[in-house]
Amino acid sequence: MDLLALIMQIYVFVLAIFVGFELITKVPPTLHTPLMSGSNAISGITIVGALIVAGEGQNMLSTILGLLALIFATINVVGGYLVTDRMLKMFKKK
Amino acid sequence: MQIVSYIIYLLASVLFIFGIKKLGSPKTARQGNMLSSIGMFLAVVITLFDHMIITYEWIIIGLIVGALIGSTMALKVQMTGMPQMVGLLNGFGGGASALVALGEYFKVDNPAFEINIIITVVLSVLIGAVTFTGSMIAFGKLQGIVTGKVVKYPLQNPINILLFLATLVAGVFLVIDQTHSELLIGIVAVALVLGVLLVLPIGGADMPVAISLLNSYSGIAASMTGFVINNNMLIIAGALVGASGIILTLIMCRGMNRSLMNVVLGGWESAGSSGPAAGDGTQKPHKSIDSEELAMLFDAASSCIIVPGYGMAVAQAQHAIRDLANVLESKGVKVSFAIHPVAGRMPGHMNVLLAEAQVSYDKLFALEDINDDFPNTDIVLVIGANDVVNPAARHDKSSPIFGMPILNVDYSKTVIVNKRSMNVGYAGIDNELFYLDNTLMYFGDAKGAVTKLVNELKEL
Repeated sequence: MDLLALIMQIYVFVLAIFVGFELITKVPPTLHTPLMSGSNAISGITIVGALIVAGEGQNMLSTILGLLALIFATINVVGGYLVTDRMLKMFKKK
Repeated sequence: MQIVSYIIYLLASVLFIFGIKKLGSPKTARQGNMLSSIGMFLAVVITLFDHMIITYEWIIIGLIVGALIGSTMALKVQMTGMPQMVGLLNGFGGGASALVALGEYFKVDNPAFEINIIITVVLSVLIGAVTFTGSMIAFGKLQGIVTGKVVKYPLQNPINILLFLATLVAGVFLVIDQTHSELLIGIVAVALVLGVLLVLPIGGADMPVAISLLNSYSGIAASMTGFVINNNMLIIAGALVGASGIILTLIMCRGMNRSLMNVVLGGWESAGSSGPAAGDGTQKPHKSIDSEELAMLFDAASSCIIVPGYGMAVAQAQHAIRDLANVLESKGVKVSFAIHPVAGRMPGHMNVLLAEAQVSYDKLFALEDINDDFPNTDIVLVIGANDVVNPAARHDKSSPIFGMPILNVDYSKTVIVNKRSMNVGYAGIDNELFYLDNTLMYFGDAKGAVTKLVNELKEL
């Protein structure tokens, strides 16, 4: 069963990579920096895992690891989206 | 409840995809980023209702501390410092993924995970830890804390390969006997060292590749964490970022006509030198021009292409260049900007700096869109760019940059090169452009020199 679950996950992973390739090749070079910081913020999605580990209250060690993970991921998410917005605000056509 | 959260996670994944899709045009990009952040917000909120979460005190602390640090960084950072910022964010993302996987492993006393979980714990920890320290070194190099030069150490590649294999062997043993937590700690330690060793040899000017690659790693680490906690949204989001980073990495490599291996293994032998060109020691003749003559030249021109490079960012000359473009346009000169893919320290770096200086984005052109325009252009102004305009890349097979796509500025009627001196670029090679008949050197610090030119033009 676990192997089947793994294969289903790999399905999702592979298909998402294809979607990613299709989407990102269409982003013009002028937006590559905001693309990078914006996609960076998306990679902060690991915050979901961090929330669970930090809130499960299993033992001290894993709670500390979860708290650290949560701080890192939150910096990633909040910093990433804000700085991307700051940049995109500046792209204007006269 | 579980069903609801799965549906919300699906919705978040769709929002991420739409968000990136809308980055396809500057008009919709901001809206896209907004959609993506709404997806993230929904994902976080629904997770807070997860039945596995029983205590909120640490969560509140973590969210507040992280949000404070993140927002301060995002609002304070200068646009010239964007590569450092993205470098740091990559590191935090990778670090967070590694920590989540570690937390998952250590939450039980007698680990007996299913095989797919324990394998992805190892991968998540490995990739996340390499991303973390690698990004910190990249940050240090960009910030000038760590040397930006190509660092070579003995047995560089054998050591790295050995360390990588060691983590894999330890990983296999951990999968076989999951109770050996010391193996996982060992993997973390070696991966942290490996991150340092992998990025240290990469030269400052190769940072666009390193940053893009680390961006990809941070996405893959997040994806692996999705495998660990069995969450498809993480797998999808991480894979999108992983793909994005890889594409940008390949674009950067193509921009330098180098293989990924070549960049990762430490670049050109001569890279990082900034002294005068080695060789016969005699200076070839070049022509120079002062601001007054240059102003007259510009006044008589009808078209101009400006080619900015990293030197523009270092000199903070983007606002002066915007003034120049404005004054030229008021005199009826057509102004465009030609941006080489590897100009600056990260993909798209020049575009952001010029956008900040309020240069309209429809005046910025990528290499393939503008290269045919040079023969019909009166004046090309090269500011802080060097190797990306070196004609040797087209014909000199002995040149280290041979084959690299360049901006064909030498095909234009007149090329003005602004530099502080005749020193060589980061590739450590002389630029034959400087000695061509149609090239005039305009010496001086980019910001000061351009400002002077603008003032002269205004007086005409």
